[in-house]
Parts: sequence; C-alpha cells; structure tokens
Amino acid sequence: MIEISNLTKRFAQHTAVDDLSFQVRRGEVLGFLGPNGAGKSTTMKMLTGFLAPTSGTARILGHDIRTQTLQAQRLIGYLPEGAPCYGDMTVRGFLEFIAEVRGFRGADKRQRVETAVAQVELEKVLGQTIETLSKGFKRRVGLAQAILHDPEVLILDEPTDGLDPNQKHQVRQLIQGLAQDKIVIISTHILEEVSAVCTRAVVIANGRLVADGTPLELESRSKYHQAVTLVSEGPLDEVALAALPGAAGVERNEREHSLTVLAQPGHVIFPQVNALIAERGWAIRELDVERGRLDEVFRTLTRGEAA
Amino acid sequence: MSQLPVIFKRELASYFATPLAYVFILIFLVLSGVFTFYLGGFYERGQADLTPFFSFHTWLYLFLVPAIAMRLWAEERKSGSIELLMTLPITRFEAVTGKFLAAWVFAGIALLLTFPMVITVNYLGEPDNGVIVAAYLGSWLLAGAFLAIGSCMSALAKNQVIAFVLAVSVSFLFIVSGLPMVLDAFAWAPQWLVDAVASLSFLVRFDSISKGVIDLRDLLYFLSLIVAWLAATAVVVDLKKAQ
Repeated sequence: MIEISNLTKRFAQHTAVDDLSFQVRRGEVLGFLGPNGAGKSTTMKMLTGFLAPTSGTARILGHDIRTQTLQAQRLIGYLPEGAPCYGDMTVRGFLEFIAEVRGFRGADKRQRVETAVAQVELEKVLGQTIETLSKGFKRRVGLAQAILHDPEVLILDEPTDGLDPNQKHQVRQLIQGLAQDKIVIISTHILEEVSAVCTRAVVIANGRLVADGTPLELESRSKYHQAVTLVSEGPLDEVALAALPGAAGVERNEREHSLTVLAQPGHVIFPQVNALIAERGWAIRELDVERGRLDEVFRTLTRGEAA
Repeated sequence: MSQLPVIFKRELASYFATPLAYVFILIFLVLSGVFTFYLGGFYERGQADLTPFFSFHTWLYLFLVPAIAMRLWAEERKSGSIELLMTLPITRFEAVTGKFLAAWVFAGIALLLTFPMVITVNYLGEPDNGVIVAAYLGSWLLAGAFLAIGSCMSALAKNQVIAFVLAVSVSFLFIVSGLPMVLDAFAWAPQWLVDAVASLSFLVRFDSISKGVIDLRDLLYFLSLIVAWLAATAVVVDLKKAQ
C-alpha cells in the first residue's frame, strides 16, 4: 500500500503540491490526472525520493520516503517524464547497468534484462545506442528500465506521451498485463487512457485533490451522464423532449444535426425518450445513451479550482 | 557502498563511448611533450630527470582537467537523466564518489600514457626513478584536486561551458594563492591568515612532491581538498538537481 499523508511541496514562489493525502492499494491502477502544472510530476518525484517534501510524507509499503529512501526506492520502478536515459549507451549496456544497480549479477542479470526486453519488444535494437532510437523505442527502453526488477510499485509519468496510437495501445496493454498484484500509478492528461487502463482516478488541480473515484464514478458526474442523443431525418419536438420526466434540458448539436437530451442527476431517461419516439413516430437514425464525458468532468473540476 | 563500482564502471565507459577520451588523451600527450621539450628545455638542461615535464602539469591541468570534469553533473541535469540516477537505490555518496573516481582514473590513464617520457630519460641517463614515481603520484593527486573542484562546478551549472569556465577560474585561484598577486590583496590581514592562504597553493605543494619529497602534510592537503570539494558537490547536487 502507498499512503500519502499531507504531502506538501513549496518552491520559492508557489506551492506545487498542497496537503495531498490519499492511499493506493495493491492491485489498483491509479490514473493521476490534472492539467499541466497541477503538481502531478512533483508528487511523483517526491514518491520516488527525487525531491524531498516540504512537509508531510508518504509510505511505500511501509517505508517512509523521507527516512527510508533507499528501501522505498528498491521497491519502485519509475519512468520519469520524457523517459530520460543515457543516450550514448547501447540499449543492452543501459539495461545491464540498471540491472547491476538493482543488485543483479551474472546469469540473474542476463535473465532480468532478457525478460524486460521481451516484455517491451526491444530485441531488434539491443545493440543500438539509445540516442539513435525513435521516440517510441526510447519510451520502451524507459519502461524496460522501470519493470526490470519486477517492482511492487510502478510509477509512470506520462508513459504514452508522444507515442503514436499503435504504440499507445501497446504500452497500455503492457501496463494492464503488469498490473496484477502491483501498485501502479500513471500520470496522464489523456483521458481515454484513464477509461482504458485505470481502476481508479485521482484528479488534482493546483496541487490539491479535487476528485477521487473509479473512472465510471467520475463519468457519472458529467452533465452528459445518461444523456440520450438522437439523430433524426425529420424535425423533432424539442419542447416535448425537454418536458419528459427526469430530463434536464436539450442541447442542439448543429454539425451532426442531432439533439442531446440531458438527464437530471440520478435519473434514467432512455425509456421515456424511447416511448416518446414511438408515440410520435419519429424516424430516428441513431440513438445513443452516453456514459458521461470525462473531458467535460475534467474541465469542470480543474477550472473551478483555478477560478 | 555496494553500488559504487557499478556507477564507476558506467562513468568510465562513457568517457570512451564518445571521442572525448581519445581527443583528451591525444591533446594531453602532445601538449605535455611540447611543454617538456620546447618550453622546458629538456635536452638543453643536460640533466637526467623529468622536472621540465612535471613542472608544467599544473598549468596543463588548469585547462584540460575541467574539460573532463565539466560533463560529470551538468550533462545529467541537461538531459534529465539525473532524475533516473537519483531515484535508483543508490546513495548520494555512491553517485558523487563513483563519478569522481571514474574521472580520476581516466586522468590517471592519460597520465600513465606519458610513460615514453620515463623510458626516454632512462635511456639518456640514470635518473632517480623514485623521484619520478613520487612526481607521478603528486601529479595524479593534483589532477584529483582539479577534478573535485570541477565536479562541484559541474553540479552548480547546467551548462557545460559555464561549468568549464567556473572550474578554470576556481582552480586558477588555488594555483596562484601562493603568489604575490593574491597575497598582496591580503596586505591588511594578520600574518596567520596570509600564511593560511599561501599554504593553499597548488604550486607550492606540487613543487615539493615533484622533487620527490613526499610529505604527509602535502598528501593530506590534496586528499582533504578532494574530500571537501566532493562533499560540496553532494550538497550542490541536492540543491540543484530539480532545477
């Protein structure tokens, strides 16, 4: 378990992380969300022992990051933002260096490097120097480095940033594959990623926690949660739709020639909308019930905090 | 302590991964030859010793050693790999010392490659080889002191060129602290302070070792200087690493 308690980091002019407290349990994949500059990276840098907190602390499986930094660092695999590596080393040389620093020697070391290389598919570039690799491969080297010692805690700072859709998919699959029996923390501002891989999402803004829940719970905070979108050939009666029990309003989407009927929080309006369609005999081409829009929830949460 | 050799090995290998090592060694050998034979008048003196060779080392190191020290930390900060290094389970002591030792051993390799000088002087006459060994040791210690200063300056500056200039400047102060240009500035000061400043001079210390006089105080001087600057490096790395 990771216990973060009252973690605070103040720099000269501003407070990057402000009294942050939450816990992450084994088996969870935590999506750490927030706009740029919200304090995601600073929090991760404190969890990995790179920065010392101004006050408060965090415990990594019981090891305090302030007083037992080395013990905590042994348990963590960390991919820093931008996946920095030693560019003049070969992939093999670099991974062997990491394995040695992690205390593996001889056959054990070779085994570890081999496994990590296979997991992120680096076989083809083993002999190349890292600076000659493409962005996707560099990121994978960073991931290989982080998972090499099969860590209990995996902290990844924007693991898919700058990758193409195929590579993103690959990295997400890898993370899902690794996640069992581990604690994974991923920072990202790509919201689809949260729905795709995370079991829980924590949103921070200005260094403070503004939301904490499963991606589904977050989606249900959206005003589009349970909203019904209709695409029709002919004209629709907006007033009748808005007057349905449980409906909160109607939005017209000019570009798609569709209407979205919003639901009041806690209400389900799909049956009523359906009944109205049948009653009026409208020709409907498409009918969608929305789960909620994460990006809209994200904007509401983080903008409200900034104001 | 267990990870120190790992850091050391990586750092030393990284010198040879780029042309830096070969360029450095080549320039060092050429310059030390030029200084010995032309400026030092090796033949004209008609003496079988290496005084003309060693007497220029202080000035040679002033510009060459900061060139190998400047990348130690500045490069890590520039590329961001410092975040990787400092979140691995190693202590600051291991990181600072491992990097320093790699640079120091590299300087030692360059120094050892001047062995043809020893062969030459042994071929031409009968030098006191004990003095030569002592002078090599002194020269290596001198390089270590320059490197420790350079390491601290490299941690201070993110830009390698600035690290280089800072290291040359600070090293220069240590060289000339025994000369009138510095001591005159302390004319107002009590005698003990003037003596203390004068005793910091690389020139005086190195001069006595290169004459074959190994004084424990001189060894201690260089070693404590190295330790002090490395301790300063560790502090600076901690303060500056996140910027």
